[in-house]
This record gives sequence, structure tokens and C-alpha cells, in this order.
Amino acid sequence: MSLLPDLKSPGVMGINSRNGNYIMRYNPRRLFPLVDDKLISKDLAVQNGLPVPELYGVIRMLHDIRKFDQIVESKEDFVLKPVHGSGGNGIMVIGGRSRDRYRTTTGKIVTRDEIAHHMENTLGGQFSLGGQPDQVLVEYRVKFDPVFDHVSYLGVPDIRIIVFKGVPVMAMIRLPTRSSDGKANLHMGGVGAGIDIRTGITTNAVVGTSPMHEHPDTGSPVVGLKIPHWDDMLEIASRCYEITGLGYLGVDLVLDAALGPLILEMNARPGLNIQIANAAGLLPRLHFLEALELDGMSVPDRIALGKEATNRDPREIARMAVA
Amino acid sequence: MNRRHTFVLAACLFLAGTSLFLYKARTLGLPLDGAQETEVWTMEAHVSFHRDSVGAAKAHLRIPENPFGYRIANENFVSRGYGLTVDERTTGRQALWAVRKVAGEQSLYYRLSVYADPTRKGSLPKPTFPKVPELEEPYYSAMMDLTSHVREQSADILTFTSALLRRLNDPTPEENVSLLRAEARTPMQRSKLAVTLLAGARIPAEIVQCVQLGEDRRTAEVLPILAVHNGDDWIYFDPQTGELGFPPNLFPWAWGSKPLIDVSGGRGDMVEFSVVRSLQPTMEIAQERAASLGSKIPEFSLLALPLRTQSVYGVIVMIPLGALLVVLLRNFIGIRTVGTFMPVLIAIAFRETQLLGGLMFFTLIIMVGLGIRAYLEHLRLLLVPRLASVLTVVVILMTLVSIASHRMGVDTGLSVALFPMVILTMMIERMSVTWEELGARDAITEGMGTMMTAVLIYLVMGVAVIRHVLFVFPELLLLILAATLLAGRYTGFRLTEYRRFKAMAAEQ
Repeated sequence: MSLLPDLKSPGVMGINSRNGNYIMRYNPRRLFPLVDDKLISKDLAVQNGLPVPELYGVIRMLHDIRKFDQIVESKEDFVLKPVHGSGGNGIMVIGGRSRDRYRTTTGKIVTRDEIAHHMENTLGGQFSLGGQPDQVLVEYRVKFDPVFDHVSYLGVPDIRIIVFKGVPVMAMIRLPTRSSDGKANLHMGGVGAGIDIRTGITTNAVVGTSPMHEHPDTGSPVVGLKIPHWDDMLEIASRCYEITGLGYLGVDLVLDAALGPLILEMNARPGLNIQIANAAGLLPRLHFLEALELDGMSVPDRIALGKEATNRDPREIARMAVA
Repeated sequence: MNRRHTFVLAACLFLAGTSLFLYKARTLGLPLDGAQETEVWTMEAHVSFHRDSVGAAKAHLRIPENPFGYRIANENFVSRGYGLTVDERTTGRQALWAVRKVAGEQSLYYRLSVYADPTRKGSLPKPTFPKVPELEEPYYSAMMDLTSHVREQSADILTFTSALLRRLNDPTPEENVSLLRAEARTPMQRSKLAVTLLAGARIPAEIVQCVQLGEDRRTAEVLPILAVHNGDDWIYFDPQTGELGFPPNLFPWAWGSKPLIDVSGGRGDMVEFSVVRSLQPTMEIAQERAASLGSKIPEFSLLALPLRTQSVYGVIVMIPLGALLVVLLRNFIGIRTVGTFMPVLIAIAFRETQLLGGLMFFTLIIMVGLGIRAYLEHLRLLLVPRLASVLTVVVILMTLVSIASHRMGVDTGLSVALFPMVILTMMIERMSVTWEELGARDAITEGMGTMMTAVLIYLVMGVAVIRHVLFVFPELLLLILAATLLAGRYTGFRLTEYRRFKAMAAEQ
């Protein structure tokens, strides 16, 4: 065993453990459509008074593509999203237009035909799991809060919070870089910065798996960043558990300059890189919570418990001792 | 709870699979190696006699019944014009040939094939203690004298018998022995004498008439072996040397000293034995033997299916093994593949193309296919028509490769025609989506992972022993299922995760 790095004592969660011990146990399959289908989750959030980007319209079949012009007629900017997409695939963000030409936020100019083709592909299932026929969402484009301007390149930075039975246990902010093509995807070269659940301040950051302190494109520090509206975000994340019933959930939020935090999407199989971004394993916090009776607890109590879970994390304790 | 359930289920499957496997391997003797061959001895007893005038004739031949250490594969009789009955009496099996009108030189044959089976024990009942034989004087005194001497120098039945045989075979015999031995010159007579003397010590003994086995013996000798019962078991001695144990090159033809043939109505009767050694596939013998044991298993095995179906099942039974390998590579090592069981299907395709040819062909088609798909992307085709176009191009490519390779005299391309091209198309489509969404690195990683997994599965599937064992013992699939179930409960790290999370590892 000593041949391999010791991942056990920092409590790192591996894919097998996530799938077998958490997703399988706490996320009943029948609830998956609530988060996999973005239309349903948007609807669910609106009904429960949780903030989401406004829905402009839905393209349900090839025939509907003609309705596209009507949907975006009065909109200067908007986002196209596959209803069943995952991992940010198939998302097109339009930041401006002039007649038949649209400009994506990454600066690419696309024609209406190209947009129509993209929608056709999406409807055909190119971006959905298993190639199932899909639908296209047209929604409000988030005007992201300028507080992140100096730490992101083009796209929208988003905040991922892992919620275990309504308790926010770990969080990170994903910052787009030039090499991630404006997508806030760690896997594609974006920056991930761990956020302290207790304070909403970033503590640690990585590109891929290597630690770093400054944004590779802007040069601004990404550690020590205070996330605005942090308590609201924790509350939204916690309430997402109540509306979906998914015990192990990833909630992705964005911060809009005017509207505050909005739910971008929810994920029933959230990734594991958040541990690298935080330089902390998920398991100590989850084990602490699993030993408690959480049912029937109020949202503020759950949030307090999430902060307590961080306090008890052995890594955190070690860090405090050093400080 | 779930965990225990899984373990119990896996243990049950393991037990069921193993016990059926052991029963078939041990009791039915189905070999683990398909190419294994068994030594088969074919013995022929040639009975001949002469009848001077026309009239009836009858010949009895004692034939083997449950020979210990051997199993009878088959037997047959050649008896032109004679009526044949096989008499299965407690005194041993006999073939009885009878004819009403015959004259001249007569030949009858009995042919028997046997193979060694150490698990076979003789079925002779435990004998009673013999009475002390009533011999005339001076033989009686000589016998009693000799046995009491021998008894003094021995501890039990085994040592008694060895000591007795040693004295009987002494080249410079003592007085008693020379007296007793005077009438016993042939090995058979010597053996009978030994039985009589043992009876004098109230030790049950019997003669086993044995045929000497050897590579192509035109005339095989019949030798007596002395069997002595020690209260629990029969122990065997060579009556001429006194050596203990049943010699390996002898076949126990019949128990008792009674002559092997008995002819009435003829003269000059004799029986001659010839032996031929041959090798036969163990599989065939085991199946025959299983059938002769009354087992239904050969009828319900894959071997009972028509040959064409058999060859299909030969591949199908390998699929779970391939799937288990995929499970291990994905969940324990963390190799990424395109599609879950795509590697298994590709490995099966490799079986038809040979590894190297298949690998080259496959890589070529995927590369060209990816290029074509990228080109079709420009045409803005809808997903399904685009897939269909890629499929068509793949078919055209395959045709071209086959024709070209045939022209060049390389025939690997031809067997490719059965290649599952739908799999190729899907692989191209999946890879190109990965390429677009996650980049070339991920697409190539997945493609390579798939190929590596497929090659590994192909190599494992190619091991003849594994193929044979899974086909003959499909119950081993239960073991594979058990292993897969257990693998499904593995929640530890994947090997690749040690690299992924290396930065987080605790210092050791």
C-alpha cells in the first residue's frame, strides 16, 4: 500500500466511493429527471421561489426552429442550452447581434444558419446522454457581477456547492481561462478555487491539478477572494435539496450583477475535482454528517451544520493550528 | 445490509459454480485441457479350437467385469455363425458362444478397450476366512511346518505373505518348500500353491489373472497376481518375486484361478491375447464415461448442441469474461473507454481479423471515419443522416480495403467483411463528439483506452485453455458473475485516481 500515495487519511472520495456509497444510496434514480431535465428543474425552482435565469422559450422539435426568431426578437443577448446536456456541453452563449449575425461571448461570429444547425444537432441528441432526442432552452444570459472581472477570461464564472442532505459541505468557484475557451470547466483548463463554507472566501486554487495563486490570464490573485451574497448562495443550495430530494447534490450558481445569485443547474453526479480545488477530501465532512440525524432540520440549522463540518475537518484543524 | 446480501449471493454462486465444476472435472473426468489425450488399451482375446466332426460346440470365455484401476470404454464380440450370450453371474462375467453344427478350425474374438482410472476399485465382496485345506501327508505336515515358521518371522498378513513368497521362491529351498513346490512349476501353479498355503494360515487369498499391457503386443502373456485380503483391503503381490503392489503394466482380466476358457465339443482349445495401445481425446472418453455413469450432464451441455451452434457459443461464453475484464480495467484501474462494452465487441471482431491486421484496419478506418465526419460537419447535416453517411462511408472503405488487400495477396482484409461495422460507426461518432466537446486529447485517450482494453480481452479470449474450460464448464460463468458482483461493491480508489489526487496525498 505504501507504494501508492496515501489518499485515505485526507479522506479523498474516489469515483467508486461516490457512485457506490453516495449517489446510489442518497439519490434515488426516479429523482434524476428533476435535475437532468433542465426544464423540469427550472420549473421546480420557479414554483418554490428560487432564483433562476428567465426562460425565453423552448425549441422542442425541428419544426419549432422557425419560432426561434420570434423568441429572441426583442433580446439582445441570450443562451442556448440542451435540456438534457451535461458538463456544459452544447451551450451557446450569444452576447450581441446585428441582423442575421450573432456574436458569441468568446468573440466568434455565427450566422443564423449556424445557430439553426447547432439547434438541429441538439434536438438530434448530440449533447444528451446516450444520444436521446433533446430540446433546446433559450434563456436569459447572466450579466455576471463585475467582482469577478479581474479573475475570469470571457465566460461566466460559476459557483459549485456540494450539498449533502441539505447541508452545504464544500464549495468552489470555477473561473474560465483562455485555454478553457471561456468555459468554467476545470477539466478543460479552467481555474478552480475552493471556497471556505464558513466565510465565503477562496482559500486555495488549482489549474488542472496543480496549485496556483494568480489567474493565468489576468494575473490577479484568486485566493482570498470574497464571494458576495455568500449566505444567500448557501441558503439556495440548501433549499435545492428540499425541492429535489436528492441527498447528494451539486448546485451550480452564477452571480448576476442585477439579480444576485441564480441557479444555473443542478447535478446528481457532481464531480470530484472540487476536492483538489479545496485541497481537502469530502469524506471527513460526509462521515461527520452521516452520523447525525438530519431529517426535519431547518435550512439555517443545516447551514450551521455545514460550517461545523468544516470546523471539524482534520485538514482544517491542522491548517488552523499552523496559523 | 446490501453489502452482506451481495457477499452471500456471491458466495452461493461461487459454491454452486465450483461444486458443479468439480463434479464434472473429478467425477465425470472432463479434462481441463481440450487437447489432452488418454492412453487407451485395446485387448483382443482370440479363442481357437478344433472340432473334428460336424456337431455342436460351446465355448466359455471369462471376460472382465469392473476391472479395478481401469474403466471399460467399449467391448465387442466377433463370432461368425455362433450364438452369443453374456452371462453376468456373481462368479464373474462370461461370454458364451454356442453353435449346433460346426467342424474344423474355429476362431472367436472378444475385443475390449480400456483406459486407466485410478479411482476405480474392485467390487469383489469381502471374503470369509478359508478353512485349513485338507492335504495328504506329507504335504499337510510340510504346510503346517512352513506356515508356523513363517508366522514366527512375521507380524501381520502383509509381512506373512511376503515372507511366505520369499521362501517359496528361494532358489535353494528348504526341505518343506521343495516338497510342496515339486508339483508347482508354472507361475499359475505356484500362485495356487501360495493360496493353499495362505489358507493353511487361514488368510483369505485369491488369484487375479492379468493380461500384460505393452506397446503393440502381438501375443500378450497372462500372468497371475496374488491378492491377499488383510481384513480391510486387497493387497497384491507378484507371486514370483514377492513384490508388493499391483504392477502398472498389468490389466486384471478375471478373478480366480479357473481357466479363462472352457470349450466343450472341441479340442486343442486355447486363448491368445494381443494388445494395442492408442491415444484418444480425453474429452470423448469422458463424455462416453459420463453417459455410461447415467449422468444427464452430457445431454445438457453445450457439447450436445449442433456444431454450428457450438462454435457460436464458444464465443458467447467468453463475453462475460470480457465484461469482467472491462469492469476491472474501468473500476479498479480507471482506464477510459469509448462506450462501456465496446472493447468486448471489438475484441470479438479481432478474432476474425487477427490481432495485428484488425488493429491496423480498425485504426485506419476510425481515422478516416473521423476525418469524414469532420468534413460532413461542414455540410450541416442532421445527426441521424450524418451517422448514416458515416456508416455508408465505412462500408465503402471496408470494401476498398478488402479488395486492395486481396489484390496484394494479404487475406486478412477478407475476413473483415464480418466486422461489426455498426460498432465502428458508433465508435467514430462517439469519438468525434468527445473530440469536439472535450478536445482531441480526451478523444485519443478514450480511443487508445478502448483499443488497449480490446487487445487485452482478445489476448485473454485467445488462451485455448480458458476457451475450452468456459465452453466445457459453462457453470464457471457463475464464478465470473460472483466476481463481478463483488467488484460492484468495490468503493475504493481507482489506480488512476492516485495520480489525479496526488497533490492531496498525505505525507508518508
